[in-house]
Amino acid sequence: MKTLSIQDLERIRKSAQADLQIREESNKRTTEASCGLALGTPSLQVLVCGGTGCKASASHDIVDNLKKAIEENGIADKVEVITTGCFGFCEKGPIVKIIPDNTFYTQVEPKDAEEIVRQHIIGGKRIDRLLYTDPKTDKSISDSKHMDFYRKQMRIALRNCGFIDPENIDEYIARNGYFPLATCLTEKKPADVIDEIKKSGLRGRGGGGFPTGVKWELTAKQKADRKYVVCNADEGDPGAFMDRSIMEGDPHSVIEAMTICGYAIGASKGLVYIRAEYPLAIHRLKVAIEQSRAYGLLGKNILGSDFSFDIEIRYGAGAFVCGEETALIHSMEGKRGEPTLKPPFPAEQGYQGKPTNVNNVETLANIPIILDRGAAWFRTIGTEKSPGTKVFALAGKINNVGLIEVPMGTTLREVIYEIGGGIKGGKKFKAVQTGGPSGGCLTEKHLDTPIDFDNLLAAGSMMGSGGMIVMDEDDCMVSVARFYLDFTVEESCGKCTPCRIGNKRMLEILNKITEGKGTEEDLRTLKTLGQVIKDTALCGLGQTSPNPVLSTLDNFYDEYLAHVKKKVCPAKKCKALLTYAINPVNCIGCNACAKHCPADAIIGSTRKPHIIMPEKCIRCGMCVSRCKFNAIVIC
Amino acid sequence: MEEKKVSLKIDRHEITVPEGTTVLEAARIIGINIPTLCHIDLKGTCIKNKPASCRICVVEIEGRRNLAPACATKCTEGMVVSTSTLRVMNARKIVAELILSDHPNDCLTCPKSSDCELQRLALRFNIREMPFNGGELSLRKREVTASIVRNMDKCIFCRRCESVCNDVQTVGALGAIRRGFNTTIAPAFDKMMVQSECTYCGQCVAVCPTGALTERDHTNRLLEDLSNPEKTVIVQTAPAVRAALGEEFGMPAGSLVTGKMVYALRELGFDYVFDTDFAADLTIMEEGTEILNRLSRYLDGDKSVRLPILTSCCPAWVNFFEHQFPDMLDIPSTARSPQQMFGSIAKTYWAEKMGIPRENLVVVSIMPCLAKKYECDRDEFKTGGNPDVDYSLSTRELARLIKRANIGFRLVPDSEFDNPLGASTGAGVIFGTSGGVMEAALRSVYEIYTGKKLEHVEFESVRGTEGVRRASIDLNGFELKVGIAHGLGNARRLLNEIREGKNEYHVIEIMACPGGCIGGGGQPMHHGNAEILQARTRALYAEDAAKPLRKSHENPFIQQLYEEYLGKPMSEKAHALLHTHYFNKSVN
Amino acid sequence: MPDIKLACDIAEQVEAICDKHGNDPGELINILHEAQHLQGYLPEEMQRIIARKLDIPVSKVYGVVTFYTFFTMTPKGKHPISVCMGTACYVRGSEKLLDEFKRQLGIDVGETTPDGKFSLDCLRCVGACGLAPVVMIGEKVYGRLQAADIKKILEELE
Repeated sequence: MKTLSIQDLERIRKSAQADLQIREESNKRTTEASCGLALGTPSLQVLVCGGTGCKASASHDIVDNLKKAIEENGIADKVEVITTGCFGFCEKGPIVKIIPDNTFYTQVEPKDAEEIVRQHIIGGKRIDRLLYTDPKTDKSISDSKHMDFYRKQMRIALRNCGFIDPENIDEYIARNGYFPLATCLTEKKPADVIDEIKKSGLRGRGGGGFPTGVKWELTAKQKADRKYVVCNADEGDPGAFMDRSIMEGDPHSVIEAMTICGYAIGASKGLVYIRAEYPLAIHRLKVAIEQSRAYGLLGKNILGSDFSFDIEIRYGAGAFVCGEETALIHSMEGKRGEPTLKPPFPAEQGYQGKPTNVNNVETLANIPIILDRGAAWFRTIGTEKSPGTKVFALAGKINNVGLIEVPMGTTLREVIYEIGGGIKGGKKFKAVQTGGPSGGCLTEKHLDTPIDFDNLLAAGSMMGSGGMIVMDEDDCMVSVARFYLDFTVEESCGKCTPCRIGNKRMLEILNKITEGKGTEEDLRTLKTLGQVIKDTALCGLGQTSPNPVLSTLDNFYDEYLAHVKKKVCPAKKCKALLTYAINPVNCIGCNACAKHCPADAIIGSTRKPHIIMPEKCIRCGMCVSRCKFNAIVIC
Repeated sequence: MEEKKVSLKIDRHEITVPEGTTVLEAARIIGINIPTLCHIDLKGTCIKNKPASCRICVVEIEGRRNLAPACATKCTEGMVVSTSTLRVMNARKIVAELILSDHPNDCLTCPKSSDCELQRLALRFNIREMPFNGGELSLRKREVTASIVRNMDKCIFCRRCESVCNDVQTVGALGAIRRGFNTTIAPAFDKMMVQSECTYCGQCVAVCPTGALTERDHTNRLLEDLSNPEKTVIVQTAPAVRAALGEEFGMPAGSLVTGKMVYALRELGFDYVFDTDFAADLTIMEEGTEILNRLSRYLDGDKSVRLPILTSCCPAWVNFFEHQFPDMLDIPSTARSPQQMFGSIAKTYWAEKMGIPRENLVVVSIMPCLAKKYECDRDEFKTGGNPDVDYSLSTRELARLIKRANIGFRLVPDSEFDNPLGASTGAGVIFGTSGGVMEAALRSVYEIYTGKKLEHVEFESVRGTEGVRRASIDLNGFELKVGIAHGLGNARRLLNEIREGKNEYHVIEIMACPGGCIGGGGQPMHHGNAEILQARTRALYAEDAAKPLRKSHENPFIQQLYEEYLGKPMSEKAHALLHTHYFNKSVN
Repeated sequence: MPDIKLACDIAEQVEAICDKHGNDPGELINILHEAQHLQGYLPEEMQRIIARKLDIPVSKVYGVVTFYTFFTMTPKGKHPISVCMGTACYVRGSEKLLDEFKRQLGIDVGETTPDGKFSLDCLRCVGACGLAPVVMIGEKVYGRLQAADIKKILEELE
């Protein structure tokens, strides 16, 4: 192992920048002309998304096939295939991008590789069928810069995702990586580093939005023989995958930030607590740690300074509650992941009783660039109280599912209708859920709310880690609340009474309501119970667990009322509240429905309109799928 | 260093307390009794449980968004606390109602009824309805062991038992399993306690606020035996019982009720009422002689002798080292516990003397202990399947029987134990408290070893509440080093030292329960009040002081027993009847 | 379930894993991950070995094993099926998929078919929300799945 000097780092940056130049330039390019070897393009790069989503659609086979085709055509010296992190546009994955003309191919299949090489890379002719079609204009767009999905985004935490090869440290260095660390070690005192982070106004991206600089300062102030930096990569929020994407796409930014934090607070050991369900992120992180060690960017006397720091990986094992920092710490100590009362805060008594600073992945990913570009620059982005950007995992009933990063203060409307491309299938927007199981459902009236920590909280939801699930008119809000509570009940650690029993009782009431057995009294009980749980639960997760119920009670009270008073589910989701009937006008008496009804609930003679006997009907929906004449109505 | 103080306001009161005081403690100082449930802090012992998880003790603190648990929130300068606003009282009530919604609520038939902390809260919070009942009940198990009954559907997950079993006793038989609604406390693999390394010390029972953990009840069995004309039923009572039994009848802690207890036992119909203290004196004869033997061989340079010698009166402690230190089974004294010595002598010497056939003699013991129940069941203490001690009742069970038999305990006169097995010295009495066995042994060992009369019989240096205590006694120029440990965690510390060869002691006394037998798992519930334990200890020392004879070897009936039957201490007969051997019971 | 004695070599491997982690109780979760990797589950005997090596009560080990959903004491099927119940998949109909799997396999969540071929579980978000609803079978991710596709998939895996 060698220890790099700053001069060495400079040298690596210079040489790697030459490799990256073609990508950097094409990023700025605005022309639409396509390139190809036949058109005289000296060399090309093919970027293939290697994020979990695209890998699930066999993007690694695309890479193999591309390489094979390149080999067969004898152009390996001119064309490079690079596996990158997530591009974000998961809806359209797998993504393949051609550099330097910036062609953004979507939904590529392994069998397309050969054609891409032959027609585009060699022939210089774009393959139109693989291009993205703008749903508004119906025209294809070749450069992602011009897509609605990307236009409003600002990629800071995701700056390197989908751009560099995450398994190549040199590419990270080429983008100024590890220079902020070098500057800290050579020019800044720990207090200055903390000061800069404080000035930037960066707030924790894991959910609570606590000022990061203040947290660092609190840990730095403690006197102890040992301190720890912990990266919380236990992204457990169902429907959120931004931290995973950062670790897969830009692991060095996390390592560098942890090292800087270690220097600032006086810690020499870092621990990454990562979900075991993220094998790819774990792999990339391990590779990155090895590479940093090989360069002496982790280990003893980093960059020749007297600061030493190293990082170890600890695995989560499937417990959402371990996202709570005290629970996370107990889990790292080999115990059940049960939260303990704060204070003492981890900054005072954390891992093994020592002062510990816990930050989440996205927060850390912001650190190097803040130090690189300065706190003042960071503050120009976002809102006054929530500077910077936020990454969201946009999912649900939306056209463009994917990972997005927008400046704080962007409105929900911009996110959903511009970046997200609106509601799938032209349906009507109903709600957007932010903050996962700790958050709430926001409605039409919140669409123009600028997104930041405080506004979301005021609206009865919260930022959370950044899951954003869009729902349409077909979603029943009682069922959605029940879904989240079901999650909470399953994931509750069971330590404190309100969360252990209270949430269970709330869930039972919601089940009752969706089964048509609820009363108005139940709605009042839900509200009282929810408020007491908020007021008395031990940890942050317990205290926020009733939010999905309380916010839907606030915003969709009529829908609840319909369930308990009229025994109707307006979204037609709650099985027990549906009635299946046959419209005699449409029914031709073909018998298909009766033949397939598993409950023998349909009677009628051939060529005469049939009837469904409600007392026998089990509401399985089989008749609907069998009827070719649209004669079954659900009400 | 000067103690830092903080001033705060609790309800209408300004108060200044040392830094580190909790809101709960501060409130108690000014007479505000905030209700608690999971919390326990038995001062002077290491029994502590502060998970802040039941949320019964929540209070409002100005400037905080949520309610805070008083038990674990430290007072800070300028804090403003409200302990009984409507918001607080409603929250507490709903939390209690939630607990009750996952509880059987069969108070009428529950053994803990009227002594249950949850029941008391329900009363205190004026709960008249169960609004959340009717839902699912969590997944729990039941089990009846020789000593302990687990009825886990009554568990409220306060985790006191887990804390005691792991942090205090370091047995680790019980622990939290699963998560969420179905979290519970159970032995590994959710198996039965009998398959675990449980020592039956009963400390889990002693701290359980509800009826989830209780003792195995033998009261009906006893009533049947007492009413059987063919049986001669005799009873022995352990020293710690007389210092605690009165509490069950509303008498102040520390009331000595020896005479009333003997009277009540006669009223219940026992044919003879004897005293385990007699057997305690006998234990000193055997164990003391063993100590002297091992010591003199050691001092003579016999390399085969291992020191220290450890006392073996406590059955939970015996279970503990059989499970956890199977490599050290040769260190403890081979002397049986007083309960078993009594049974053995009663069913041989005394039975022969009285002409009662073994099968018609029922020996019952009243013990402050639950492990004693298990000890009665051990095969090595049976002759032809007939146990030396048939069964053992706890102090609490005795109290229940007395109440059931309409005996007005507070008003009954005193009565005397029967002879010969009811006579004892002060040395036998103090067996019931930590350090007592050591002190009793020292009184006899000193006189026998030095040949001098011991004028001052009180060895203050071995008394006290510290978890591990050490003292040196001058025996004619030889410095005898003794150690005392109570609580199995402290025992483990000493045993680990011995294992590592760092031992500095010649003799060590070990009692499984914090405070010794006075804090046993069969005693009236202390509900976390440490003063109760201290009062019981004082009572035992008072009884000792009042005794005309205070050294075991001076007990004339003991002398008679050796003359008529056993010969000498450690004789062959004594070995067969009064000593035992140990088994490797490690489960892992 | 009867106590299953571990094969000697497995027991040795478990001990080696503990040794590799310095028999440090703080490493329990990492040790359990590696031990589970040996046979796909954590039988009682394995937990006892770990407890003995780390010198902690076996109840502690069991308490940790039952706290985390990743750890299991039942052998998984040859093809472990995990239906994603993350929010994105849920709103795009993963509950229907789960019901269909249950129906076709005749087992409930957390169970294994009697022939040991399939086991059924839920998981929370594999992060392939763009492909919702998603099902993982073994290492393979099946995206944009419909209830009607399930029969064919199961047949292919026979």
